Amino acid sequence: MATTEKTDYSLIGPNAQRAAEQGLVAAEWYHPEVARKRMKELMRRSDGPAARDTALWLALLVVSGVGGGLFWGTWLTVPFFIVYGVLYGSATDSRWHESGHGTAFKTSWVNDVLYQVASFMNIKEPTFWRWSHARHHTDTIIVGRDREIAAMRPPDAAKLLINVVGLRDAWDTAISVARHAAGRLTEEEKTFIPEGERFRVYREARAWVAIYALVVAAAIVLHSFLPLMYVGLPSLYGRWLATLFGLSQHAGLAENVLDHRLNARTIRMNPVLRFLYWNMNYHVEHHMFPMVPYHALPALHAEVAAELPTPYPSLWAAYREIVPTLLRQMREPGYYVRRELPPTAQPFRPEMHNAVFEA
Amino acid sequence: MSGPGADGWVEACAVDDIETEDVIEVQCAGRTFAVYRSPQDTFHATDPLCTHERASLADGLVQGDIIECPKHNGRFNYKTGEATRPPARENLCIYPARVEGGRVFICVG
Repeated sequence: MATTEKTDYSLIGPNAQRAAEQGLVAAEWYHPEVARKRMKELMRRSDGPAARDTALWLALLVVSGVGGGLFWGTWLTVPFFIVYGVLYGSATDSRWHESGHGTAFKTSWVNDVLYQVASFMNIKEPTFWRWSHARHHTDTIIVGRDREIAAMRPPDAAKLLINVVGLRDAWDTAISVARHAAGRLTEEEKTFIPEGERFRVYREARAWVAIYALVVAAAIVLHSFLPLMYVGLPSLYGRWLATLFGLSQHAGLAENVLDHRLNARTIRMNPVLRFLYWNMNYHVEHHMFPMVPYHALPALHAEVAAELPTPYPSLWAAYREIVPTLLRQMREPGYYVRRELPPTAQPFRPEMHNAVFEA
Repeated sequence: MSGPGADGWVEACAVDDIETEDVIEVQCAGRTFAVYRSPQDTFHATDPLCTHERASLADGLVQGDIIECPKHNGRFNYKTGEATRPPARENLCIYPARVEGGRVFICVG
């Protein structure tokens, strides 16, 4: 419906109650039928692809970091730190995400190590975001339930723009780390972080404070910004690509539906972007089958493509839809993009599906 | 499937119904169970749903002694019921299982 009202996204507000009353909480979602034998093949874990990709990622980090250090004080340092920043501040988002699902490596402890490291570089508190992301998968873009809705309605242009360099994420995380280091959670956080897990949130926040204090101390002692260029600041100056990726996943699409075909995007990307993003451009497929590792998502896409809307041909094409949609939502918050299913696909829960298109 | 005998054992499925290192969902004695065949060819039974958000474990992935929930990737040891990876925190209820004459029996009571 084309309303002009501002939506309340609080997890403890009236829309949380409304979502429960409408049967949108922990509900059954649409997913295409895939034969069990084939799904087992797709879900199969392996250390090989993630070991290769992580080795390449680390090697590029070292090379660009060393180059940036060698040329520090000259303009030649800029391209090295552009690369370092993207690898540190953007590529870690997908590493954080995949290892959080436990699907990157077959070996559990390697996943856990990558999760802690990538969480720090990605300024996402590990335990806090593990539970936040579990909720995102349970209640994807359900208002009052999902705290990971990147473009709420009406969109806040200033917040979206400053977050291109991660300032909003960094500010929110700084406040949150300070609160958690002091041993406190908000009422909203208590709705998705179980009591038995809260000590981990506090412990991790205190460890982060200690690490950042060491880096700042090093910068002061050395009378140089260089330590901060390696740890801390790249989460800002290298953040832009993760923000572009993240916003493309759901922004401008339908809320309060139980069909990821209507609230998520699959976007075709080139191999370089897919390396940096670990194939999360297959985002509809990921939400439908979060057990499938990133390296098997192209095969999963081929398996279920007939049931899915046509993928966007590029990130550019996705943003040609997203930007005008967000601009329109600023004056017309009820507006959203209706994703058409192909003739080969069946709508899920026709009454809900039709409501999306009739609104 | 018929109800359990006086000793609580009930026939659940045929051995060949489950591939090695896999899980299926079975209904017996008026209830639903997840029945597993381990890589060592031993059989095990648990409650059918993840203790986190009630997803069917029969859609999950068996790796060694571990069943991974299809919804949030929480993990359990299906031999002991222990929850081994968040968001699974509450252990899974397990049931004794045995094989006789190519059939899998589980003790439900």
